[in-house]
Formats: sequence, structure tokens, C-alpha cells
Amino acid sequence: MEFRYEIEGGNFSRAGHASSAVKKILKQLNVDNKVIKRVVVALYEGEVNVVAHAEKGSMMVDIDEQRIRIRIEDSGPGIPDIDLAMQAGFSTASAAVREMGFGAGMGLPNMKKNTDQMHVTSEVGKGTQVEMITWFRQ
Amino acid sequence: MKIKTIVELLQARVICGVDQLESEVKNGFASDLMSDVLTLDTDHLVLLTGLSNLQVIRTAEMADIFCIVIVRGKRVTKEMHHLAEENRIVLIETPYSMFRAISVLHDGGLNAVY
Ligand SMILES: Nc1ncnc2c1ncn2[C@@H]1O[C@H](COP(=O)(O)OP(=O)(O)O)[C@@H](O)[C@H]1O
Ligand SMILES: [Mg+2]
Repeated sequence: MEFRYEIEGGNFSRAGHASSAVKKILKQLNVDNKVIKRVVVALYEGEVNVVAHAEKGSMMVDIDEQRIRIRIEDSGPGIPDIDLAMQAGFSTASAAVREMGFGAGMGLPNMKKNTDQMHVTSEVGKGTQVEMITWFRQ
Repeated sequence: MKIKTIVELLQARVICGVDQLESEVKNGFASDLMSDVLTLDTDHLVLLTGLSNLQVIRTAEMADIFCIVIVRGKRVTKEMHHLAEENRIVLIETPYSMFRAISVLHDGGLNAVY
């Protein structure tokens, strides 16, 4: 099964709608609740990153019997140093983002922790791609 | 601790989820940082926060947290109310400060997550 959701940069009132839709699908598929939570926490931090740091993006979700594969792509400033961005505590978030309860530099490390595989690629001035895979049977 | 005990101890107002006041929570966690909340893997948690925006409800939805207390008399918005209701989350407003709310609940027997 494949699904695609659009993510609007800067629009915090809609941040989370894509992750919420994926959560509902995984529930319907009777995926284990602990696995759902890990997947959607990672998804949500990824979605918030597009809203907080990029202009616009999309989330592509591909689910089969064994696993869920998610690709979040955005057009935006990109990440100059991915290793640095992955470090807990590193953040370039604005005051507005921090007021929303994010921007402590904990998103990317937590996404990595909550998925079985994560791969980030980025081009400065163009955008960022995050791919995450999680297997249903842990 | 039953949610209805939390409501009594905090002299709180229940915004939505009145049908779940008999449900039990085991631990309390307090933060204004949603990324922090998203690192927890504890069940039956009540979240105390001074932040009152839609992302608080979204965070609870993703993290399977079904009870949120908004402290220091901050009012929830219509959108928060609506989203909480949709996700069967109990939403509570207390006039107490964060510190006072935490001490009252801790004295009442609610445990910390870590
Ligand atoms: N989609 C993105 N586009 C551009 N920069 C990003 C993106 N995602 C993350 N970053 C960069 O990586 C940093 C760390 O991200 P993260 O760990 O999620 O923390 P936070 O979002 O709280 O700052 C961000 O502050 C930002 O500089
Ligand atoms: Mg982030």
C-alpha cells in the first residue's frame, strides 16, 4: 500500500496531520501498539522538521506485510552538516519553533532511535530527504 | 491514581473526556518541550505542561498519552479541545502553577517517570 501526504512549511496548526493519518492506517492494520508508537513518533518529528525548517514537503508511505518504509522529502535550505544535525542538542530552530515545544535538537536523534533504519541526505539550498524503515515483527 | 483524583487535587476543570475519569494513570511527567515528551516509552502517563497549543495534543496523540493537564490557568483553544476529543484524550485545566501541581500530585502518590 502506498500513501502520500503533503506537508506545509511554517504551518504549525497542520503539523502532525500526516503522522496522524498514518497512525490510523497502522491501527486498522492491527500493527502492535508499541511498534505504531515508535513509527509515528519518528514520523511526527520528521513532519515537524519540514514545518519548522523547510518550505514544503511530502511524506511517502509504503506499507507491506513486513515493514513500513517512509520517505520525507522537502524543498528548503537543506542541512550543511548532517552528522552535526544528528547530534542531540544541535538546533538552528527559531524562537517561534521553540514556542511550539520543539527546537531542542532532539528530533533527528529520536527519529533514529525509534526506527530500524534511517538515512538522511540533503543538498544545501535545495532540500532534505529522510528515509526510515521499521519492521513490524520486532 | 484515578483521573478524577487528579481533577480534585488540582481543583481542575475538565475540558473533555468526562467519561474517562475513572481511568488510572501510573506516572506523571512535566515538560513544555514536546520533543522531550516524545522520548518517553511509559504507559498510563499524565502529562503536565504550561504550553497550550495544538502540538501538545498532537504529541499526546503520537505518544499514546491519554491525559493532559494544562497548568497555571492557561486556557485551551477550540482546536485543541476538538482534537483531544477526536483522540479520546482527557484535557484538564488547573489554576495551579507547574510546581504546585506537581507537588500536590506527588504528595497524592503519583510517581515520576524517571
Ligand atoms: N528538513 C530539514 N531541513 C533543513 N534543516 C533541517 C531539517 N531537519 C533538521 N534540520 C536541521 O537539523 C537540526 C536538528 O534537527 P532536530 O534534531 O530535529 O532538532 P530541532 O528540529 O529541534 O532543531 C535543525 O535545527 C536544523 O538545523
Ligand atoms: Mg526537529
